[in-house]
Amino acid sequence: MPLVYAGICSHAPGITGRAERADPALRDPFCQHLRDMGDEIRAERPDALLVVAAEHFANFFMDNMPAYCMGMADYYDGPIEDPQWLGIEPQRVPGAASLAKRLIGRMMARIDLAYAQEWKFDHGIMVPLHFLTPAYDLPVIPANINCQGPPLTPPARAYEFGRALREACDAVEERIALVGTGGISHWPATPDSGKINESWDREFLSRWAANDRAALTAYSDEETWRDGGQGGFEIRTLIAVAGAAEGATGEIRYYAPIPIFAVGCTVGRMRI
Amino acid sequence: MSLYYVQKLLYQLNRDPHARARFDENFEGLLDDFDLTEEEKAALRAPDIGLLYVMGVNGQILMHYAALRGFEWDRYIQAMRDGLKLHGPVRAGLYLTTDGRGAV
Repeated sequence: MPLVYAGICSHAPGITGRAERADPALRDPFCQHLRDMGDEIRAERPDALLVVAAEHFANFFMDNMPAYCMGMADYYDGPIEDPQWLGIEPQRVPGAASLAKRLIGRMMARIDLAYAQEWKFDHGIMVPLHFLTPAYDLPVIPANINCQGPPLTPPARAYEFGRALREACDAVEERIALVGTGGISHWPATPDSGKINESWDREFLSRWAANDRAALTAYSDEETWRDGGQGGFEIRTLIAVAGAAEGATGEIRYYAPIPIFAVGCTVGRMRI
Repeated sequence: MSLYYVQKLLYQLNRDPHARARFDENFEGLLDDFDLTEEEKAALRAPDIGLLYVMGVNGQILMHYAALRGFEWDRYIQAMRDGLKLHGPVRAGLYLTTDGRGAV
């Protein structure tokens, strides 16, 4: 089946871990947009949710760091963080091992992809699932792009990863929904945590909504680090979704800097 | 300087129940498993979150060690600011500060 859904959202741990400290006038509509995104995904009756994420040293370290990795496990446990710190209770999330294996096999024609049959979810996936699939009953296929430990895959390759993902999803029988989750500008876990470059974010989101491949893949790491901080490297996850939706444009449903969440909180959807 | 192994120890501590048990039962033994300098061991032992930050420990790793050692969010952020004052600028890695004026 053709891919049934493609969207993006934020995943910062403060969204659940420091929820009570955010301005309700911003927090509540943002969380409602996330829940609405979950409703829209379920309306497409997906067999699996494929989450392109940027994990934070939960599974992958600099002793053997894959640029791209996809999960093909029967289940995933999370969060790896302290549940009280994150504000999310431990969950076992169903996987879709057979489907994942077929997707990965097909994608390997175009992408040098690692795979994993063990994977612990960190906030990068658990925070989106908390809102999108609060019953944790939709099988998930995780995909990770290394956005933490340089050298990092270039944005142009992240776009190509998305294109390969789309081709593989379109080639199988199952209905697959795709969500990319990452920050735009942010300086997490530093004394600057809460700093957000709103104009840089809005420029990025305008390129994303236009699905302007040349503009999305023009970011250098030097420019991203300077203007978007360490967290800005996670734009790769959002660029991958644009690649999966090549030929379509999108809309930003919500964007607002919420400093205590340390990121410009975003919900967007491609019109695939 | 063996920043890589400081981070590897903390990475394992964050994810591996066996490493966590070793942390609880034999912390010195856990430190000895890694190629660490005396300054690094002392910072991990104290814990000196500010010095670990200045050494260049990636924030995505350090924030969980801070939480494990009982630093709630605002105290963790303050510990990094104090570390900058005491020990100078971040020595390595990506998690530098710019203006240091975050949300808390």
